[in-house]
Amino acid sequence: MTPILAITLFALAVFLGVEMITKIPPTLHTPLMSGSNAISGITLIGAITAAGADHSTLTTVLAFGAVVTATINVVGGFLVTHRMLAMFSSRKKS
Amino acid sequence: MSTDLIQAGYLVASILFVLGIKNLSHPRTASRGNALGSTGMAVAVVVTIADRSLVSYTTLAAGLVVGAGIGAVLALRVQMTGMPQLVGLFNGSGGAASALVGIASLITAADNATDTTQLTVGAASTIAIGSATFSGSTIAVAKLSEKLNRVRHGYWARILTALAAAATVSLSVAIVLDPGTRLWGWLLIGTGIVLGAAIVAPIGGADMPVVVALLNSLSGLAAAGTGFVLDNPVLIVAGSLVGASGLILTGIMCRAMNRTLTHVLFAEMTSHQTDNDDDIYAGRVTSSSADEVAMMLDGAQLVAFVPGYGMAVAQAQHAVRDLCQQLQTSGTEVVFAIHPVAGRMPGHMNVLLAEAEVPYEQLIEMEEINPRFRQVDVAVVIGANDVVNPSAQNDPDSPIAGMPILDAHNARTVVVIKRSLSPGFAGIANPLFAADNTVMLFGDGREAVSDITRSLRETTR
Repeated sequence: MTPILAITLFALAVFLGVEMITKIPPTLHTPLMSGSNAISGITLIGAITAAGADHSTLTTVLAFGAVVTATINVVGGFLVTHRMLAMFSSRKKS
Repeated sequence: MSTDLIQAGYLVASILFVLGIKNLSHPRTASRGNALGSTGMAVAVVVTIADRSLVSYTTLAAGLVVGAGIGAVLALRVQMTGMPQLVGLFNGSGGAASALVGIASLITAADNATDTTQLTVGAASTIAIGSATFSGSTIAVAKLSEKLNRVRHGYWARILTALAAAATVSLSVAIVLDPGTRLWGWLLIGTGIVLGAAIVAPIGGADMPVVVALLNSLSGLAAAGTGFVLDNPVLIVAGSLVGASGLILTGIMCRAMNRTLTHVLFAEMTSHQTDNDDDIYAGRVTSSSADEVAMMLDGAQLVAFVPGYGMAVAQAQHAVRDLCQQLQTSGTEVVFAIHPVAGRMPGHMNVLLAEAEVPYEQLIEMEEINPRFRQVDVAVVIGANDVVNPSAQNDPDSPIAGMPILDAHNARTVVVIKRSLSPGFAGIANPLFAADNTVMLFGDGREAVSDITRSLRETTR
């Protein structure tokens, strides 16, 4: 990717995000936050790349830390969002 | 795997993230949104692991197992009361991950002489934003779990913020000009950490919903930064989507408090009214008992509960649910009036009451309930303070002037369940407590509510 292409992609994605979410019902404020937070754990891709590159001991240690923290973010975020949403929906049935 | 195939995999993941976030913002599709988002993540991870440019899998596997274990335990064991802290913690770990990826990639690229300007600019932003998100979230978590009070030395925190910001910018420039010197990267992590901590430390508890939402947005931007570092579109797309949605949530929270983001982050809340608490309360506060409140509730047609963070602290949501069911069995209509910033996190009250199995239909938003308060026989304020303070409407000099509030004072009778007359987060007195139609029930929220329920059961028998 050329830098300008990367910036274009960034700008378009920000606009898409802003336009896509207009009104969020208050019930969903917390799940939206924890769910989107889990998505921001996409940095895990970067952590995996860094961990797999096996460049030097220093970068391997840093990458290990990155994989652990990013995975906490991803797994924890999606799971807790799932728990919350399950709570909302089970209530509707009863 | 061929490059095209890998890129196609990332495209699929990006689309799944877009659909995931879109679905998460609608009640009916929220569960699907979460499923789509996690599928997108799985696709992206599998594609990356299958990429043959990886040479070692040991570190990777160990990291994944440890991280997944910790994340799963935290997510499955958390009480809904502890949700703000957990979301804060996840934000912080995402920020830390991005900062670590940034510095590891910068070192690798400098050693291999593959450091382009895009890479160094991306790495500098990621390291700065990531470490500030990490420290800011850590401070926020400490505040949310009551381990750290509001830092009173706001003035020094501002100076520290300015110094750290200047140092962060200078070091970022240094990295771009001279990527080979590792010291700049390490120092940038340090100043980023100081910057995040100095910004969040002086912010009061009432503003935590804004801070948590903002940190959520920043963790997304840090992830987008790693996309520039690795030249990977899926990171840019996912990161900026989260950055945007977090920013929208931040805006919603600010509007609910009638404040601007700069005001939340950088303005002192002046509480010049604290010295005349006695003038407001003296001789005008009516104290009541659980039995008396039970009698008031017994004859009521419409009862509105107004929950606040105090309900969460007292773990009173289940007791409130019991009282609510008791009232309904005797034909009283019960609603919950939810202020958008009640609690310490966007949507906090909804999550708590959902845990206590209060039906969704009974939770009424501010705009909808306010015109109905005149028909409410008894408004039960439990653990809320500033969000029902009429000064926001009547007193132009009040620090919270103009903040939208729940019009609980319009109810025929107001019962305030509270430990004492101490002020809320804004640090100001609440004339509602001294109003003619208000009675105070002093005590622990959960015990007080259970006492009312018991008393009500005895009288109906």
